[in-house]
Amino acid sequence: MTAATPALPAAGGGFRRPRRRPGRTALRLLPLLPAVALMLVFLAGPVLWSFYGSLTNQALTGYKAANPEFVGLDNYAELLTDDGFWKAVVLTVVFVGASAVIGQNVLGMALALLLRAAARPLRAVVSALVVVAWVLPEIVAAFALYAFFSTDGTLNQVLGWFGLEGPTWLISVPMLAVILANIWRGTAFSMMVYGAALSEVPPDVTEAAAIDGATGPQRFFRITLPMIRRSISTNLMLTTLQTLAVFTLIWVMTGGGPGTDSSTLPVLAYQEAFKFAQVGYGTAIATVTLLVGAVFSIVYIRVLKPEVD
Amino acid sequence: MRLQRTVIATGAVVALGLTAACSSGGGDSAADDSTITVAYQKTAQFVQLDDLLQKAKSEYEAANEGMTVDLVPIEAEQDQYFTKLALMNGSADTAPDVIYEDTFQIRSDAAAGYLQPIDEYVEAWEDWDQFPDTARQAGLGDDGKVYGVSMGTDTRGLYYNKDLFEQAGLPTDWQPESWEDILSAARTIKEKLPDVTPINVYAGKAAGEATTMQGFEMLLYGTDDELYDADSQKWITGSQGFTDSLAFLETIYGEGLAPSLDIALDASVGARVATELLPQGKLAMAVDGSWLPGGWITGDNAWPEWEDTLGMAAMPTQDGQEPGFTSMSGGWTLAVGAHAGDPQAAFDFIATALNKENSLKYDTENSQIAVRTDVAEDPEYLGFNPSFEFFSSLVDYTHFRPATPDYSQISSNIQVAAESVATGQATAEEAAATYDEGLVSIVGDDATQAAG
Repeated sequence: MTAATPALPAAGGGFRRPRRRPGRTALRLLPLLPAVALMLVFLAGPVLWSFYGSLTNQALTGYKAANPEFVGLDNYAELLTDDGFWKAVVLTVVFVGASAVIGQNVLGMALALLLRAAARPLRAVVSALVVVAWVLPEIVAAFALYAFFSTDGTLNQVLGWFGLEGPTWLISVPMLAVILANIWRGTAFSMMVYGAALSEVPPDVTEAAAIDGATGPQRFFRITLPMIRRSISTNLMLTTLQTLAVFTLIWVMTGGGPGTDSSTLPVLAYQEAFKFAQVGYGTAIATVTLLVGAVFSIVYIRVLKPEVD
Repeated sequence: MRLQRTVIATGAVVALGLTAACSSGGGDSAADDSTITVAYQKTAQFVQLDDLLQKAKSEYEAANEGMTVDLVPIEAEQDQYFTKLALMNGSADTAPDVIYEDTFQIRSDAAAGYLQPIDEYVEAWEDWDQFPDTARQAGLGDDGKVYGVSMGTDTRGLYYNKDLFEQAGLPTDWQPESWEDILSAARTIKEKLPDVTPINVYAGKAAGEATTMQGFEMLLYGTDDELYDADSQKWITGSQGFTDSLAFLETIYGEGLAPSLDIALDASVGARVATELLPQGKLAMAVDGSWLPGGWITGDNAWPEWEDTLGMAAMPTQDGQEPGFTSMSGGWTLAVGAHAGDPQAAFDFIATALNKENSLKYDTENSQIAVRTDVAEDPEYLGFNPSFEFFSSLVDYTHFRPATPDYSQISSNIQVAAESVATGQATAEEAAATYDEGLVSIVGDDATQAAG
């Protein structure tokens, strides 16, 4: 929903310090207290609260709104047997995989590489155009894309000039539409991260490789990519988590429909909580979304090992 | 590692934004007792209530020195209106004093503790005698106490465009006697006038209660089955009528007799039918509510030709079985919020808004079927709108929705079933089975019974 602040390419933290006296360490930790307290109140607090909510049958209206009961893991048990939930999990993985992991990252990297080689005015124009999508607030971007993909929308009108009749994008291929929309919106972020990372690669290393006879693709895959590995890891994680949480874009464009054909986990959670008034059940879905995000993060950290140099 | 943790944490915040958003409702707090906050719905084509409340506000403030009425219009389609209202009611700080409340939500919201009983105030209200028993029933909670004052009721029927019927060679004085008659007329129109959508019956989740009531229930209550057995107080599963009603939707959406899905599944479908598809002659038949002419008589979307262009027919039962026709009735009330600082003042405002003069204004402008006896008999009311006579005659065939606190959740479940057949994602049998499963998980095994 909200955009995470762009982080700088990962800072290394690999060197060890000699042991210090405990009293001094405690004193050094003191300035961290406000930050930790804030994290506890505004981060751990809501997480625990939402977890507790998912263990109740809290509803938006009716008797269960006045007196919610503690139902243990019932909501989770029901989720696991609900076909709609598994469909949402698959759609979420497809959405994240296609639009964030592949779309935004590959396209972002490609743009960053091309822009490095491009002439300065072209670079300025292209980056400005790409960044516009990122600068737009999500709701504005979502409306713009709705107007673009809708049946009488821009895309079909343009196709009409060439005598082509476009499909009803949001109805016949809703996932493709929202995936393209999310790629359009998020690529700028990856492009900027990779642009910054690439400029940090010392030119003498690649030049040395070139003198040794390495071809362009070899230089890229054997030299550049390993050197910016940490940025890739960070960027993959950020884009994945952002995409996992995308709600507005899908809600405005397709409303999760037709039927449930584009209901990812956040959309499903919203529907259960606010449309079907089952707040407890919806919160359980939100909690599962949180776990899916955590799993993705752990995988990135383990596979890409950003800490090891 | 620390950065990664922060990153995970940031992601967690983003993911949780969804849950956190649950707790933040909008609206001003009704802090002091001299302010009455009134929460109600307002949309581009529904401004009649806003007009009424503005008028009542000035009258009430003039009569009660020092009191302020704070009107809080919620600009949302019906579905989101309920959600926003429930969120406002979630906290005493944001809960409104007077609430525009659909009759089917009353039991549910009274059970949730959002409303307070107003028995003592209505007893003392001289106008209460004008409300007949049926109108009083509409405002009762599960505990038998009065929670809302009825503003008017409605019925539903079939609108058809006489010009289009004539072009397609169909009779302009038309009254179908079974679903088959409707389907054959629709098929004729599709064949003769390919650019016209033959019929609209709501079937999308985004249309909310319209899909349940104007769409599905108008079909179901014309079969031999109902949703709920009022005698045994149990919900019915596995009925043939339920499957048949879904099959009707499956047929019209599957054969292309209904609007294309990009229109049908959009939240704005109700507005488009009333302000665009019917007036522009793009839709030949529509199952819809008696209030539509209200928007055509006055306002931004006035369409004075509607009287000559549109015919009205009663919705037939499935095979023409007794009593031949069917209709559904609902209606809205004004209710007093549970956290109202001064419930007497809140009720006094309702009494002003629904006195004879104001009820007459609202019932005529918004095409309501009047519930106050003195309004229903007023010549000005009877002469205002030529459709009143027709829609009032449907009261003989009408049905009411099951009045239980679970109804609103079950209604959502019906919308899911309707949309799944309209989109072709499920057959009528599959969707009915899914509905039964959902029903049991909402009300429990004990509260259901198999049809038979």
